[in-house]
Amino acid sequence: MNKVLILFAHPRFEKSRNNRALLAGVEKVEGVTINDLYEQYPDFHVDVDREKSLLTEHDVLVWHFPFYMYGAPALLKQWMDVVLEYGWARGSGGDALAGKIVFAAVTVGGARDSYASGRHHQHTLREFLLPFAQTAALCGMIHLPPFAVHGTYRLTDRQLDAHVSSYHRLLKRMTAGGLPFESIRSYDYLNDWLQNEEEHS
Amino acid sequence: MGSAFLQDAIIYLAAAVIFVPVAKRLGMGSVLGYLAGGIIIGPFFLGFVGQEGKDIMHFAEFGVVMMLFLIGLELEPAYFWRMRKMILGTGILQMGATTLLCFLALMLIGLTWQAALACGLALSMSSTAIVMQTLREKGLTKTESGKSSFAVLLFQDISVIPVLALLPLLAAAGVKAASGGRAGLINHWSGWGQTLVLLAAANAVVLAGYFIFVPFLRFIARIRLRELFTAAALLIVIATAYLMILVGLSPALGAFLAGVVLANSEFRHELESNIEPFKGILLGLFFIAVGASINFKLIIDNPLKIAGLVCGVIVIKSLVLYATGRVSGLSFDQNMIFTVGLGQVGEFAFVLFAFIAQLKILTAEWSDMMMGATAISMTVTPLLLMVNERLILPFFGTKKAPVEKDGDLIKGEHPVIIAGFGNFGGTVGRFLRANGVAATILDNDSDRVEVLRRMGFTVFYGDATRLDILKSAGADEAGILIAAIDSPEINGDLIDRVCREFPNLEVMVRVKSREDAYELLDAGVKNLYRESLDTSVRLGVDVLVKLGFRRYAALRAGQKFFKYDEEALRTLAEHRHDRDLYIFKTREQIELQEQLLAIDREKVPHLQDAAWDDDRGDS
Repeated sequence: MNKVLILFAHPRFEKSRNNRALLAGVEKVEGVTINDLYEQYPDFHVDVDREKSLLTEHDVLVWHFPFYMYGAPALLKQWMDVVLEYGWARGSGGDALAGKIVFAAVTVGGARDSYASGRHHQHTLREFLLPFAQTAALCGMIHLPPFAVHGTYRLTDRQLDAHVSSYHRLLKRMTAGGLPFESIRSYDYLNDWLQNEEEHS
Repeated sequence: MGSAFLQDAIIYLAAAVIFVPVAKRLGMGSVLGYLAGGIIIGPFFLGFVGQEGKDIMHFAEFGVVMMLFLIGLELEPAYFWRMRKMILGTGILQMGATTLLCFLALMLIGLTWQAALACGLALSMSSTAIVMQTLREKGLTKTESGKSSFAVLLFQDISVIPVLALLPLLAAAGVKAASGGRAGLINHWSGWGQTLVLLAAANAVVLAGYFIFVPFLRFIARIRLRELFTAAALLIVIATAYLMILVGLSPALGAFLAGVVLANSEFRHELESNIEPFKGILLGLFFIAVGASINFKLIIDNPLKIAGLVCGVIVIKSLVLYATGRVSGLSFDQNMIFTVGLGQVGEFAFVLFAFIAQLKILTAEWSDMMMGATAISMTVTPLLLMVNERLILPFFGTKKAPVEKDGDLIKGEHPVIIAGFGNFGGTVGRFLRANGVAATILDNDSDRVEVLRRMGFTVFYGDATRLDILKSAGADEAGILIAAIDSPEINGDLIDRVCREFPNLEVMVRVKSREDAYELLDAGVKNLYRESLDTSVRLGVDVLVKLGFRRYAALRAGQKFFKYDEEALRTLAEHRHDRDLYIFKTREQIELQEQLLAIDREKVPHLQDAAWDDDRGDS
């Protein structure tokens, strides 16, 4: 059984309909911990020791954030910069996170098809998330494709509900363990893998 | 209004306006300036004021009356109770021993025992007016010496009541009480009768305070006319004083009692701010009158006698005070300030000597000499304090400069000077030290200086506004001076001086209020740190959090408000000059608040924060 840590970074959570919906009830899922970074460190003074011990206690990490200006909110970058220390998470002797699973869960304003070469945003979401993938690799972690909710400001309540239940299913699946990494990596988004798994079961 | 009155007013006010700034410039206190002004305009130098000096003295005694009213007002019973041991212990020791020694000495030079005892009691008094004023100007009220001085003075001020009650008994025992002199209803009564009347009068003031003054002030306050309240406050003080004179009691004591009674009422602060300006100017007048009333003819006729008297009294008082200070555990420096500060004979001695003369306990010649000695001792005190500060303490007490082991300050070694190491400066200093910045500290509390030196700080002891101390602290080489002295006035003096003498220094200033900030902005000071801003906003942010705001949202709201308020301060500072300059300070404060609230309503930043809005995101 895996323990899941959601590293949630949202500077205006109180204003975000989608993220409130996604996270509602998540802390009740067994084995899932939410680490609300902006609530914890409003002054950006990240407590590195606390973060390290949280990371050590968990097996699956989720970088959960709204996708703003093609990246993560500033505090998540700050978190990565100060917590993933040389000699601890990376570099010589830095293997504290090796073997842990990590992926990004993002809410994105633009529609999925606008993220492609030649389209409005010119690049795929996975291309934009490259720094996260490579950071995971640097730390020897198992990196999975992102879970993404696209078109956030046009979602109907039903669409949002569908996303919420698939996010919760994903987290439960993560805690259950026994994940087919090779197969998962063949999908663009975790959403696709989930859907496929559901159709086949 | 007679032109003679206006003429007098001009002379006295001019003396104050000319001599006090000069004295301040020379680094002496305002008290010495007033006294010197009085001596110069007095009958023995310029002769602008002649024998009517005595009348002026009566008038100016009103400054003392008001001062005691204010002291009474500041005396909450709870505070008094906390300090009771100190007040009783040091007070009894000081008064008892001084009276006893003076009594013996005066008996030796041939006074009757009644006269010697009466004079001994009068001479044991110190000057609340001089000491409190000086301590406040030097920013020493919160040090150990300041507290001990206050305790002793308080005990003396209170004990004037029983002493006044006791004097008629001495007269009854000696010469028969005589009528005449200052008129009092009870002069022709027997000693015991007078004593009883005095005690009854004191009680009457207390009762009047509770049952008449407070309801009266409530009534006045409801009318909501500011000047009427001022008038009422003055009326209470003057009426009390008048009643006391009528029964032959010290008006100052009546006022003191009235103050104590009103200290518990809701009008305490209002009364304080209303009486304060009158007190200040009348007290100045009192010091001038003391200077003017020094009878130089008497001194020239009996130079040895007077000199002997003054020296004898000061020596006896100082010995007793020093012993008292030792017993109550003052360190050497603090004890020297305490001893020298209280070494003079105080204004109540004038009252007591007048009463003693009137009771014919003492001959007119002796009482004149005693009064002369009193006035001289009052004049000498500020000088002695200066000698103590400049000559005695630097050599025997806490050294002005840090001890040798620190060696001379190497150029650029201590780039930061902190003036004032109380709560504020102390926090700054600790923070800097935690980050490896060794600051030079200036402080005038010798006890604190000792502790800091033991902790390895480089501390200079003394008045930070003095040029020589600033120089020896390395103000020429340092880069930054942090002005963190508690008293805004002293801090202001320091900033003036530093801006003038050390343009190399970047001055960073602790500011207590918005009004002070405006003045400093006017003076061209740029780095202002308002005590009331950061903490209040921080508290407000936490309130938002407790009300359920997300922490980051609350923090951002706080940051925005902080920035906005700093900008508003600078904007309003410029507009301030457009308006009438002379508005009372309190009123100005209210107007400012009103302006601020009005602007806030229009453009205060709040949470209409367009950033990071999910529902309108575009990426």
